Amino acid sequence: MQGQSDNNSLRRQQQRRILADAFLKMLPADAVIFREEELVPYECDGLSAYRQVPLIVLLPYDTGQVQAILRYCHTNKIPVVARGAGTGLSGGALPHEDGVLLSLARLNKILEVDQSNMRARVQPGVRNMAISDAARSQGLYYAPDPSSQIACSIGGNVAENAGGVHCLKYGLTVNNLLEVTLITIEGERITLGGGGLDSPGLDLLALMTGSEGMLGVVVEVLVKLLPIPTKAQVILATFDEVEAAGNAVAAIIANGIIPAGLELMDNLSLRAAEAFIHAGYPVEAAAILLCELDGSEEEVAVSVKFVCSILKQSGASEVRISKDDTERQRFWAGRKAAFPAVGRISPDYYCMDGTIPRKQLAMVLKKIAEMSQRYDLRCANVFHAGDGNLHPLILYDANIPGELEKAEKFGGEILELCVAVGGTITGEHGVGLEKINQMCAQFPDAELEIFHAVKAAFDPHNLLNPGKAIPTLSRCAEFGAMHVHAGQLRFPELERF
Amino acid sequence: MGGNQDISEALQADVVQAAESGQQLCLQGGRSKDFYGRELIGEPFDLNQHRGIVDYEPTELVITARGGTPLTEIEAALTAQHQMLPFEPPHFTEASTIGGAIASGLSGPRRPWFGAPRDLLLGIKLLDGRGQILNFGGQVMKNVAGYDLSRLMAGSLGTLGILLEVSIKVLPLPPQETTLLFEADTENAHAITQRMCLDATPISGSCHMDGQLHIRLECDETRVLQLRNRFGGELVEDAEIFWRALRDQQFAFFQTDVPLWRLSMPPAADFQLPGKQLIEWGGALRWFKGDHSMEAIRSAVSATGGHAILFLNGDRSGEIFHPLNPTIALLHQRLKKVFDPKFIFNPGRLYPE
Repeated sequence: MQGQSDNNSLRRQQQRRILADAFLKMLPADAVIFREEELVPYECDGLSAYRQVPLIVLLPYDTGQVQAILRYCHTNKIPVVARGAGTGLSGGALPHEDGVLLSLARLNKILEVDQSNMRARVQPGVRNMAISDAARSQGLYYAPDPSSQIACSIGGNVAENAGGVHCLKYGLTVNNLLEVTLITIEGERITLGGGGLDSPGLDLLALMTGSEGMLGVVVEVLVKLLPIPTKAQVILATFDEVEAAGNAVAAIIANGIIPAGLELMDNLSLRAAEAFIHAGYPVEAAAILLCELDGSEEEVAVSVKFVCSILKQSGASEVRISKDDTERQRFWAGRKAAFPAVGRISPDYYCMDGTIPRKQLAMVLKKIAEMSQRYDLRCANVFHAGDGNLHPLILYDANIPGELEKAEKFGGEILELCVAVGGTITGEHGVGLEKINQMCAQFPDAELEIFHAVKAAFDPHNLLNPGKAIPTLSRCAEFGAMHVHAGQLRFPELERF
Repeated sequence: MGGNQDISEALQADVVQAAESGQQLCLQGGRSKDFYGRELIGEPFDLNQHRGIVDYEPTELVITARGGTPLTEIEAALTAQHQMLPFEPPHFTEASTIGGAIASGLSGPRRPWFGAPRDLLLGIKLLDGRGQILNFGGQVMKNVAGYDLSRLMAGSLGTLGILLEVSIKVLPLPPQETTLLFEADTENAHAITQRMCLDATPISGSCHMDGQLHIRLECDETRVLQLRNRFGGELVEDAEIFWRALRDQQFAFFQTDVPLWRLSMPPAADFQLPGKQLIEWGGALRWFKGDHSMEAIRSAVSATGGHAILFLNGDRSGEIFHPLNPTIALLHQRLKKVFDPKFIFNPGRLYPE
């Protein structure tokens, strides 16, 4: 065995040397990273449970270099994993053992903010938040706001079809893109979408969005910008029963209101958040709802009043309205820090990302509570109530023998429940490597075969991010999951949803 | 109205047979868009009888219906719950179906602010060219499991498969709508629309034609008064009729024998080709009639970053849709083979195969 692993290590060293020599001929020296100690920082993305040191890391400066890299990899059949800011939560940017890790971090320029067409042209390594920062002076912003928006890059947002708190009203990444330029595995540069609101032929832009780096490498993005709303206010409503909070969500929507954000937290998660952030949450509540309304001064005044009356009719025991923007931010701060807050009350937690039809919320939460008793593990729930995206956080201690396996089983059961009630295994974190096995619970073989055929249409030799997002039919057996041990979630400073 | 039947098994058997014999099929719903796209080829294959609303719960903001369900039936059900199809699909005739609305990818005046079929489509049940029934997407707002093959079907003109069922995001009807009319030339019309858009005005439609600019607003009287103080404009009575006629292309502008072009471009694009124009979507959609060659029109539109479709009339066996870059054309061919390996569905409706 020892001899085998030495052989393997030797083989990798040789292969690394060959690739380094080849890439040093086409790229500047500082764009090629091949020393073991310099490769380690790239061994995982935001999901640190999975680690793999890549053969080599490439940091090109421009699109021409990206093309040259992909052409070489195509010719020599080298796997390529594209990486943005590395904040993803599903292992989508986990390196390949025998492959190139292609970082787009140096393609980080905002090329144009075009006020008259309300759009911005940016390179993939530009941070999500940086787009809104650049557009602010022109009264515009980029709407999708994943919680990692201060660090995550737009290229990664395209790859994952990132969401955010405001996506019920303003849409996901796919709804806010005009055009994406990408490099195919053959090194061809193609542009999908265009300057208008639609483009000729099949909607490859929609197909590309959320394809997890499996179909091409994004090198330029044209995003839609929206005018900044004049006013935004948050209502914090307290409920003595979770079910009443769920019904209040339905009542708000039934009354024709689409809030800019609508979030639910159960007692365990709101207690953890309150202890951490001191947002002023009512710690005795069974659940709270946070409802943001935006628009003109008058519109917000009218709709806040209306929503407050709906919430009271739905059984809210207390309703508070943010007095100013500072209080609005404070109400949100607790919600946005829910993951790290839960990390403080348990040695480990396991984060799920299922989406369910909203009407199933009360039932799903009740079943999760039953499972929690059965598995004897606590579970905190935070919920994008507006769009049905549920994040149960299973609390466990990996140092107790058998507890990790128990948490995994518990999580698997939750995801199966999400699929069973008409939902999905992942609403926004992506499949990556983490949920690859759970894809088997969601899709029958015929659909999986179509997915593989679509992949082959773009990447016949399976070189782009191989092994991610879509399980092979033979693999459909086991289940993986995201584990966070003792706060080892990378980028702990980031807000996580 | 109200027919509700699931004939997917019969359709499946027919498709399996067609795939075996290589029989090309011309998919037909309400046949209200027969004029659109390239010429019709293949044995007519009627999908009208596969119809009915399968699931609709207003508070979930999702409706699921079989492809052959008439738009009128869907809209009646939604209106009863004060909701709407946000993309405001055109009804070129009363027979228009939801399957056709999605497959054509066409949207009405609300599109720039509320999205197109591809934005609102959440999931599909598809009958592919092998006769397999496949489910992609779902009935929930957020779903990133697997490639987004639902949205790929929007605008594919039936070339990839039969939409047995579609699940679509719906939204509340606006409580109030008001329309303002401005006398304005193209330049002024553009300036007014753009200032309103940048000002976060709740616009849900714009139309500039013959020196008149109509703007549809979703707000109450107080806000309208504020906006009129700022931008001017006269109130229009019974404007609903106007917007419906625009959506369904009932204006004289559209009743024509000459080639009618649909130009999609950036809203502020400087498009100067002489001809007659009707401008929607805040400038992003321009209907155009003019005595120019196809190449001249295409190159003028390409220069803005947009594309041109020969929407009505002209040679329907020619290049109706903007030519594709060769790499993208190759991807189209490969994707066609993934879904329809025997090339039986709507041959050449989008591009020559």
